[in-house]
Amino acid sequence: MNDKKQSPLLRVKNLRKSFGENVVLKDVSFIMNEGDTKVIIGPSGTGKSTLLTCINQLVRPDSGEIYLKDECITSAENMNRFRQRIGFVFQDFGLFNHLTAKKNIMVGLTKVKKMHKKEAEEIAVEELERVGLMKQADQYPAQLSGGQKQRVGIARALAMQPEIILFDEPTSALDPELIGEVLSVMEDLAENRMTMLIVTHEMGFARTVSDEIIFMEDGVIVEEGSPDKMFKKPDHGRTREFLFKLTELYGEGDE
Amino acid sequence: MMQVYIDIIVNQWPKLLHGLGLTLLMAAIAMLFGTIIGTIFAFIKVYGKKFPAAIVTGFIEIIRGTPMLVQIFIFYFGLPIYGIKMTPFGAAILGFIINSAAYQAEYTRGAIQSIEEQQMVAARSLGMTQREAIWNIILPQAVRRAIPAWTNEFIYLLKYTSLAYIVGAQELMEAGKVIASRNFLFFEVYLIVALIYLAVVLIMTWLLNRLEKKLAIPGLETVR
Repeated sequence: MNDKKQSPLLRVKNLRKSFGENVVLKDVSFIMNEGDTKVIIGPSGTGKSTLLTCINQLVRPDSGEIYLKDECITSAENMNRFRQRIGFVFQDFGLFNHLTAKKNIMVGLTKVKKMHKKEAEEIAVEELERVGLMKQADQYPAQLSGGQKQRVGIARALAMQPEIILFDEPTSALDPELIGEVLSVMEDLAENRMTMLIVTHEMGFARTVSDEIIFMEDGVIVEEGSPDKMFKKPDHGRTREFLFKLTELYGEGDE
Repeated sequence: MMQVYIDIIVNQWPKLLHGLGLTLLMAAIAMLFGTIIGTIFAFIKVYGKKFPAAIVTGFIEIIRGTPMLVQIFIFYFGLPIYGIKMTPFGAAILGFIINSAAYQAEYTRGAIQSIEEQQMVAARSLGMTQREAIWNIILPQAVRRAIPAWTNEFIYLLKYTSLAYIVGAQELMEAGKVIASRNFLFFEVYLIVALIYLAVVLIMTWLLNRLEKKLAIPGLETVR
């Protein structure tokens, strides 16, 4: 699946980040090709979310480089230009409470991409359809369920036509019965070869949908490999231990 | 007995109305500029760089920490010594504006800080600049949350404009004072003046409550 010879879409090289004494990322490197779905797993507090926020520079890394295609993000003067190209889906949705579902999606198009209102509305409607929320277009975030909110969050990211979308535990704040609707939207995206980097504890999703799983612990990538390898014969004892624990906790998912 | 009140109103209404007009004008100007300056100061305090934020904080502390009447006296009686002359109206309104700005800056700061940081993060992640995010995402929500405090502030402000009579501005209180002392009808005239203030405050409160309801975000109304 990763046999394309073109330059990678995203390259993360020797990324380091500490908050005070606490070293969160110690020398993290990996690449993502176009169309890849990669899942990052690992115990909490091991820098997974920090890694994502470093990629779109919501948090500035201390050192290391990140390239989007051939452009260096970490040395960019104007980060806003890159952020438009990198979608972000948050654990707690981050919807704008004073705007309807549709306007949540439109605001990035009209204010950042300076698109005309009409054109933005067409795109918003399209994306709402894609995540199955046409009926909720004119509802406000407080009127939506958690699963619906997160689907609006995904639609908002998609509308910007990003080259990659980062998901930071997109289902962790959801009631169990609402997780499925969000995962199925993400599965559709994976099928359509959207490039996605996902931090999640959903093992079923990781196993069946991702191209590759990255196991992170204590700020380093312990191991990286296909789901098959990671679940069946990982190189490291820690990987096996962790996956065993998670699988026990969350089940194997819908294999 | 009612006849006295009717006589006052019938004979003195042009003076009272003129006074009320000036009161409303002063209040309106002070509210408008106080709100604008206060809102800008609030954002500088929350999002601004250290130095501007420190200046704003200093300004707020000085204004809130000194009596408004003292400030107005400094403007009206003090500044002419340095060649800056002000009309009673000008000195009073300057005092009202800076006080309103200082108090509103703090109310609005509270409103801004009550908005989940996640929304700012989400706005920035879409590629908005900080300014775009403030303008499109934070400000519209902060204003809504500040309205109840603003209502309070506007009521204070309207009543504080009565202080302007001390430097001789021809507002409602001054008009009342003149009418009362000329006719020796202190109780009756001041009661009428009080009722006029009360009526204006009630109308203003009603309007602002309506605005608050109109701007309420669906799904976030108070549960009863």
